[in-house]
Amino acid sequence: MRNPLRRRQVVAALLRERGDLLVVAGLGSTAWDCTAAGDCALTFPMWGAMGNAAMIGLGLALAQPARRVLVLTGDGEMLMGLGSLATIGVRKPRNLAVVVIDNERYGETGMQETHTARGVDLAKAALACGFRAGIQVRRAAGLAALRKAVHAAPGPVFAQVKVAVEKLPLVLPPREGALLKSRFRRALLGAEADLD
Amino acid sequence: MSGMESEWPLRTFRVLKRSAVRLVGYVPDAGHKRLIELCLAERKLESVVLSTEEEGIGLAAGAWLGGARTVLLMQSSGVGNCINALGMVRECRFPLLMLVTMRGEHGEFNPWQVPMGQATPAVLGAMGVVVHEAATAQDVAPAVEAAARLAFGGYQAAAVLISQRVIGIKSFQEQAAQ
Repeated sequence: MRNPLRRRQVVAALLRERGDLLVVAGLGSTAWDCTAAGDCALTFPMWGAMGNAAMIGLGLALAQPARRVLVLTGDGEMLMGLGSLATIGVRKPRNLAVVVIDNERYGETGMQETHTARGVDLAKAALACGFRAGIQVRRAAGLAALRKAVHAAPGPVFAQVKVAVEKLPLVLPPREGALLKSRFRRALLGAEADLD
Repeated sequence: MSGMESEWPLRTFRVLKRSAVRLVGYVPDAGHKRLIELCLAERKLESVVLSTEEEGIGLAAGAWLGGARTVLLMQSSGVGNCINALGMVRECRFPLLMLVTMRGEHGEFNPWQVPMGQATPAVLGAMGVVVHEAATAQDVAPAVEAAARLAFGGYQAAAVLISQRVIGIKSFQEQAAQ
């Protein structure tokens, strides 16, 4: 098989024993992957605003410098916000990691190929933009180092994980945006967040 | 430029500090030049230079998830870059404060600025952003104060449109000299 890694196993490996990790999940399959690993108030799953996941991660990382922030998103979503790699690379938040689960397809619209299927290397792009790490992972043997980089290496960390093309059962998070926002803030900031 | 006109960036900056804004997202802009310089010089503010205005919507949303208030500084052409992302602001009810310097409006010399400048209030309104118009330099700081209250007290998306009359760019030469 060209890309043997399976996306749900990768995401589960990253989110296992997640500690106080804050997560932003890009719309579509990566949001379902995160939910399959366990719905969590400290994950903000997106249902729209394609191309904005990494920037939400940057805003969160700057607002919460003592917490580790992980953006998990797809290759199509990342390609739509490629400029944000430059913005993050310039700002260099030490507590931010961006992981692209790259199946080289637009999974929600019929599995059409993305630019990464034609050789666009997002990890190199991130390095060229000033990320402190730009990792490409293709095999299970690389997952332990990936997990370590995501949870502990000085950021901004970028990783592109090549995964198999597969149709998986939908595991959906709540849809209502206001609910997702408020439950995240309450879990992170406590009930006083409601009074801000 | 009279004293009052040159003072609006400083007065606006003071309003932002009073409003407990912690992040500033901006795309470099001649009209916002002085306000951006004031923000960059303030160590208590996290300034983030963006590659496109749409990134600022994500920045502000993420910062609010983390408990911080953001102001976005942009030109009217940048409002067009934000449209789809503003759908998230509305659906999630994120507070949002946008300060927009107008082009394509009062005495514009560049025809390519006119369509987006003329459409800016309608586009913001269509996406649920409450629009405050500042026609003169004296209007800017009070409009920003009102918009900040609406955004952070009222959990709304609010924009202040700073007229081209205030910015005063009438030619490429003036733009380059700003």
